[in-house]
Amino acid sequence: MKQVPPSVVLVTGVSRFLPAQLASRLAAEPSIERVLGVDTVPPPRDLLRQLGRTELVRADIRNPHIAKVISSAGVDTVVHASLSANPVGSGGRSAMKEMNVIGTMQLLAACQRAESVQRLVLKSTAAVYGASSRDPALFTEAMTPKELPSGGYAKDAAEIEGYVRGFGRRRPDVSVTMLRFTNLIGPQIETVLTRYFALPVVPTVLGYDARVQLLHEQDAVQVLERATREELPGVFNVGGAGVLMLSQAIRRAGRLPFPVPDMAVGAVGRALRSARLADFSPGQVRFLNFGRVVDTTKLREEFGFTPRWGTVEAFDDYVSGRHLRPVIPPERVREAEQRLLTLAQTASEMREVPCQKRV
Amino acid sequence: MPEARVIPLHTDDLAARPKAVDDVGPLNGADPGADTANQDAGTAAAKDEPPAEWEAALADLLAFARRRILGDYQVDDFGFDADLTENIFIPLLRPLYKNWFRVETVGMHNVPDVGGALVVANHSGTVPLDALMTAVALYDDHPAKRHLRMLGADLLFRTPVLGSLARKSGNTLARNEDAERLLSSGELVGVWPEGFKGVGKPFADRYKLQRFGRGGFVSAALRTKTPIVPAAIVGAEEIYPKIGDLKPLARLLGLPYFPVTPTFPLLGPLGAVPLPSKWYIEFGEPIPTDEIEGDADDPLLVFNLTDQVRETIQQTLYRLLGQRRNAFLG
Repeated sequence: MKQVPPSVVLVTGVSRFLPAQLASRLAAEPSIERVLGVDTVPPPRDLLRQLGRTELVRADIRNPHIAKVISSAGVDTVVHASLSANPVGSGGRSAMKEMNVIGTMQLLAACQRAESVQRLVLKSTAAVYGASSRDPALFTEAMTPKELPSGGYAKDAAEIEGYVRGFGRRRPDVSVTMLRFTNLIGPQIETVLTRYFALPVVPTVLGYDARVQLLHEQDAVQVLERATREELPGVFNVGGAGVLMLSQAIRRAGRLPFPVPDMAVGAVGRALRSARLADFSPGQVRFLNFGRVVDTTKLREEFGFTPRWGTVEAFDDYVSGRHLRPVIPPERVREAEQRLLTLAQTASEMREVPCQKRV
Repeated sequence: MPEARVIPLHTDDLAARPKAVDDVGPLNGADPGADTANQDAGTAAAKDEPPAEWEAALADLLAFARRRILGDYQVDDFGFDADLTENIFIPLLRPLYKNWFRVETVGMHNVPDVGGALVVANHSGTVPLDALMTAVALYDDHPAKRHLRMLGADLLFRTPVLGSLARKSGNTLARNEDAERLLSSGELVGVWPEGFKGVGKPFADRYKLQRFGRGGFVSAALRTKTPIVPAAIVGAEEIYPKIGDLKPLARLLGLPYFPVTPTFPLLGPLGAVPLPSKWYIEFGEPIPTDEIEGDADDPLLVFNLTDQVRETIQQTLYRLLGQRRNAFLG
């Protein structure tokens, strides 16, 4: 394998935040000849402005047409970043699965035929590890989940990783990088989690408190960019340092937790989904029960990237960037603390004086 | 966490959490009054104390409340919440430790002040209070105030409330990956290899060590080259003498056993009060693993070392029992 910089890059899912950010960065790089952005829908206007000289290809990756795009443009680097976790945004769960899994199969079939393809970068998710009480505290890349994720996004991701591994076996000359991102957060990105923490009253599962590891959106873009520009084959966990407890994150955002008994979670989840407020899929609920933390040693040592934002810093940046108004402002809490303290001090001084008098 | 230092009175902060020996000196020296007041009287400010002390205690309490409300504390990768453990869990257990079981520790110098070590102890008492008391012992009576990171059973983490409390107090699932990760990051890890066989054994079998699992703890110590500290706990067997086991009920509830003690379930909730036995916890001489020839994948080596640890604990138990005249008076 040659260490060649990419010249023609194809990015999927370019109507969404992360792929669009990547495309705009690549487009700003003169050494890259062409940047092709593929999606079924055009990007929203604010993203479109940033895309620069990215050539938009309005195509469905489920359609064999994508093969023609790849071969005619002589694409050498494919960044598959369209994996969607959000059934509401992609028109329901079945459409999401169709787009995620069938789309990947078509894309990989096209790549396998195209001699020009040298590098494949897959944006995957740490959700492939699942979430259960029997999990190790930290997942390393070599670990596999106790049982395959039963549905939703995590199942799609696990299947997609399987197809990508198969592709890697059939095209050993292609360098394949799989990036397992933890939950993304930041002032701009829209994810299940950013909508969840923006709820004024945040539903949690009664009796459980998950460990949450987050990745800042800017770090995610940088990791994708590095994987695109350099040849770093392998599977890498990508996440910020440190963890937040779910309860702690809710407190830091100044939200109020609303513990729901395990049995009622399904009903609350459905209500929230139909109100288009948040997505509570079964996988999401298990994540809220137990959480998930990944070991990022390989990212730091082999991939050579240390996220700038830790979990806590990324979360705080999200809270301040979104202007989330805390239900109880932190200044009030500090004031109350000071006031109670002064009150106690004056009370003790007052008590001492009359006590002596009485004696 | 420098931002947590809002009140000048408050000196005992997370950042100053004594990890190493040299941290302990300045902490105790800087504000001995606040420190002892916080420890002895718990969080409640006693009225008879001089004002400066209870004021400091109140300041600590308020600062703690503020940190909790604002989420301004740190949790490690395993979910261990040192702030909550030091200010809530241990103070709650302390009366049980000091006044109820009157725990006496022996050989605390055998537990290293810094670096990873594996504390291996006997398990007993129907309800695993022995593990909690060992954790209090190592925090309160060890000069370096060490936190014991215990390896717990799957059942514990599956149970709502208990599972999340267990994680917050520093426990993690008994798996080699977790044990090795904790040991290699310099934590003091506690393991009770007898598991449910030990904690739920009938009263007639008291102080007879059960099988020591599959020796996974030994290979974890061998791989991370950390010493094994054998610990013997005497007194825990008598807290809930298990004289019967309602197996069908246990199966129904998904528990490994459903104990019958002289007071439980006969006296209902009153039966949940442990008998006030007198406890001794002895930490034996550490068994170094860094100079052992052979590797952690050699089953025979692992079995031999497991046996050595088990034998050491059993002999210590017999010796302590020989010195004890009465289970309740010591």
